[in-house]
Amino acid sequence: MGKALDAGGHHDHHEIPWIRQYIFATDHKMIAKQFMFVSLFFLVVGGALAGMMRWQLGFPSQPMPGGMILPDAMMAPTPNGAIMLPEFYNSLVTMHGTIMIFFAIMPLLVGLFGNLLIPLQIGAEDMAFPRLNMVSFWLAVPAGILMLASFGVEGGAAGAGWTSYAPLSTSGEWTGVYLGQQLWLASLTILGFSSLVGSVNYISTVINMRAPGMTWFRMPLATWSLFVTAVLILLAIPILAGALIMLLFDQTIGTGFFRPEVGGEPLLWQHLFWFFGHPEVYILILPAMGITSEVLANRARKPIFGYHSMVLAIVGIGFLGWIVWGHHMFQSGMNPLLGTSFMISTMAIAVPSAIKVFNWLATLWKADIHLDVPMLHALAFVSMFIIGGLSGIFMANTPVDIYIHDTYFIVAHIHYVLFGGSLFAIFAGITFWFPKMFGRMMNEPLGKVHFVLTLIFYNLVFFPMHNLGLRGMMRRIYDFTQYEFLAPLQPMNQFITVFAFLLIATQVLFVINFFWSIFKGEKASENPWDSNTLEWTVPSPPPHGNFAEMPMVYRGPYEYSSPESDTDFLPQTTPPGGGSSGVPEPTPTPEGVEA
Amino acid sequence: MTPTTADRAPMAGMKVYNLKLGMWVFLLSEVMFFTGLIGAYIILRFAHPEAFAEPGVVLNVPLTAFNTFVLICSSVTMVKAFAAIEQGDQQGLQKWLLATILLGAFFVGVQIVEYTILTGEGFVPMAESYHAIARGAAEGSAVIGGPLYGATFYTMTGFHGTHVSIGVLCLCFTLWRARKGAYTAGSLGGVEIMGLYWHFVDLVWILLFTIVYLI
Amino acid sequence: MNWGDWSWMMPEGFSTFTAEVDSLYYLILWITGVTFFATEALLIYFIVRYRHKEGRKATYDHGSTKMEVVWTAIPLLILIGLGALSKGAWDRMKIDVPAGAMEIIVTAKQFEWNATYPGPDGALGTADDFDVLNQIHAPVDQPVWIHLRAEDVLHSLFLPEMRVKQDAVPGRDIPVWFEAMATGDYTIGCAELCGIGHTTMNGTLTIHSAADFQAWASARAEQRPQPQP
Repeated sequence: MGKALDAGGHHDHHEIPWIRQYIFATDHKMIAKQFMFVSLFFLVVGGALAGMMRWQLGFPSQPMPGGMILPDAMMAPTPNGAIMLPEFYNSLVTMHGTIMIFFAIMPLLVGLFGNLLIPLQIGAEDMAFPRLNMVSFWLAVPAGILMLASFGVEGGAAGAGWTSYAPLSTSGEWTGVYLGQQLWLASLTILGFSSLVGSVNYISTVINMRAPGMTWFRMPLATWSLFVTAVLILLAIPILAGALIMLLFDQTIGTGFFRPEVGGEPLLWQHLFWFFGHPEVYILILPAMGITSEVLANRARKPIFGYHSMVLAIVGIGFLGWIVWGHHMFQSGMNPLLGTSFMISTMAIAVPSAIKVFNWLATLWKADIHLDVPMLHALAFVSMFIIGGLSGIFMANTPVDIYIHDTYFIVAHIHYVLFGGSLFAIFAGITFWFPKMFGRMMNEPLGKVHFVLTLIFYNLVFFPMHNLGLRGMMRRIYDFTQYEFLAPLQPMNQFITVFAFLLIATQVLFVINFFWSIFKGEKASENPWDSNTLEWTVPSPPPHGNFAEMPMVYRGPYEYSSPESDTDFLPQTTPPGGGSSGVPEPTPTPEGVEA
Repeated sequence: MTPTTADRAPMAGMKVYNLKLGMWVFLLSEVMFFTGLIGAYIILRFAHPEAFAEPGVVLNVPLTAFNTFVLICSSVTMVKAFAAIEQGDQQGLQKWLLATILLGAFFVGVQIVEYTILTGEGFVPMAESYHAIARGAAEGSAVIGGPLYGATFYTMTGFHGTHVSIGVLCLCFTLWRARKGAYTAGSLGGVEIMGLYWHFVDLVWILLFTIVYLI
Repeated sequence: MNWGDWSWMMPEGFSTFTAEVDSLYYLILWITGVTFFATEALLIYFIVRYRHKEGRKATYDHGSTKMEVVWTAIPLLILIGLGALSKGAWDRMKIDVPAGAMEIIVTAKQFEWNATYPGPDGALGTADDFDVLNQIHAPVDQPVWIHLRAEDVLHSLFLPEMRVKQDAVPGRDIPVWFEAMATGDYTIGCAELCGIGHTTMNGTLTIHSAADFQAWASARAEQRPQPQP
């Protein structure tokens, strides 16, 4: 930091040793790619865990294909093959949730897009603290290794659910998992520190490093959402860290924070966990909303409808997210008088989400919609988020929640938000910014096949889960056929399992497209999507230091199809009057000129 | 002229340099961390008042009050160090940094002594010592909850002590840099953010001392 | 897949809660269903109607405050109204245990439900109490007040046909009540992950007629093992 950088980048490239450029990199774009590769790997791991879980649910206690290669602690060998053990199923439930949330979706949204987009979109040459940024990534790696290693230790990986409710999680006496649970706690504490360091960086960068003219209300919505997300991480993660450490003490040295047998309070864990956990839900969806807004406005060639209210909705969610945690605890034994207050606040937080959906729809009205792969994924996000949002109303309603709480209805809901929502937005984002990251386009036909199959299979897997929940099937249950009233659900579970395997297999297309395109994709120009935002004014991929000269920003990010321009876009850097042969404005002043 | 991190002109109105802004943002998260710990303490204490001793029964309040005074003094010396470098006074900076380090180290030392005495008396955060008897209390008359009282006490004061220890190490680093002349009246960011952290840790202690020892 | 299993209807319920819970469910189903079809139809219509064609240029339009106020206010009113509407049902189900309820204790532990009945003296906590394992017996048309407890970890008492679910928390005594409206055998399930045997932690809720219940209770009270001195 502080060293003068030649923006052309040609002599920097020779000066930075290989290890500083690719391994212990401080360049935000390289760190973004590092986060991407690592979290895509974890996405594959999480998918594999889900596949094993689905096998057990579709074919309860039947030998699992390939199960023989797993150790006896996980599978019980029989002459016909290996059958999954319930303790391993509990580990799968726990680790699938943990890995997908903390090691796949969160680092993809925040680690990848936060690092990639924030400096480029606000016109900065890097993060405020590039070395701290490197520390953030290199804390996440050991956390991931610890988490994976817990599968191999005696007693297996953590098995108390991704929420690790006390007192089940406080002692191996209850779960049979000793070291695995402790590794889980240690890993998440380290990862929390990594996220914290990252968010300090993002917040400082957005506040301090914006280019001249980049006022708050000229910031692209992706950056806005990542900024608010960083604030949520900053304030929520320390609460989780504190709770994790207390639980670790309960596990290892015998303190009694959450252990009722020595006077502790099990519900204290739930309050702390969800006080972090509900902001976490928005950490996982806000960046996805931001990415969708970018892609939608760009591919619809139309200004985003109601930019200011979109920003207010993001900020509003950021505030309201702090007062709704109790809606995860309606049936927990928490004072039922609180149930109603949390129901009302939860209903209120649905409103900003509704505003966003309506604004996206209105953005498409009288637009010029280009249905390329990023746009398809963004549209899928909107469509699936509608389902996930609406199904949330059922469980926000306290009396109905009594019935559907802890059933597959909840499982369906969370996957409509996290997979249908966040993951589709991640696909939209990766395909949209791929040319900026790698200088090449992704393969369009292959991308479309992947999109169509994913959308179909995804809905065939998760939509029927609403029905399972409505029939009363509990979540996290190893063998639902133990219950007489659930046994008729076997065919539906088998159906879901078959399409879950097809859904997983479909992702191979994405992997192929991804790696093929890195090396063989069509070369991308500086601005292949005719976009307005600053990241498209620099070469693809951008050189070290990003901008050859300080960009000057004259207008908002979504000036598509503006009458001021001869084309259907008007970059933020074009001075007033510079877009067409129209009347030239007086002297362009970069600062404070409202568009 | 090409832009660099160091010499770029920030947005109008952004008067805070990166390092200071980053420290403020980081301290916000620290506030939340201690809020979580203190919140857990308050909830447990309200739910199980019988597991917590009255002030002064187990903990040595006068000793810790003195220690609190020491830490407050160290904040004063930290202010002196910053004031010195603002005047470009290198000798003063080093002198006052050293004083801050010594006072901080003394605070940690007293805390270690306190821990040694308390654990020696059987006040430990383990479940096995749930019925550990408080100093001065008759056998069986006071039940001091190790798993709750001890756990919250050692967790809160322990994390604070860790913060002080890290602070002392960072102060040593700052002093080492100061001796090499790294700070001047025009470039004192490192000293300023060190001070911010140190005052924050001091403030947290005043809060902890009040609710853990006095209330 | 047997599509005959597919239904948006709630499964049949047999307690006095059923009407309230199910009607709220159907109300939300209608609201969300209409919203779902309206928004998705609009989405698809826009995608088809405004797809890119040569020479098309999108309208340059930054939004309309009036429209945004409308679509902020409407969901807000609907949702807050829904919340207010549900308060009564919630309070009845979770807070207001009716007078004259038959009291029993249900204690959850890994991996069984233990129901304690008051015995002939009609009072809980006395020597003539008797226990039944993984069964709850109750009379029809009379409120049953369960003191829900747990010995080790969290469990969740789930009586799907009665529309009852409540976590059991060690160290707490949580009131749960319901009133069955039909005799028969129903499900007891555990809805909170409670360890390796979570899946086996099920039982049977038997609703008797008032006379049958009396007969069952006195028969069980006699079989009760003699209390230890």
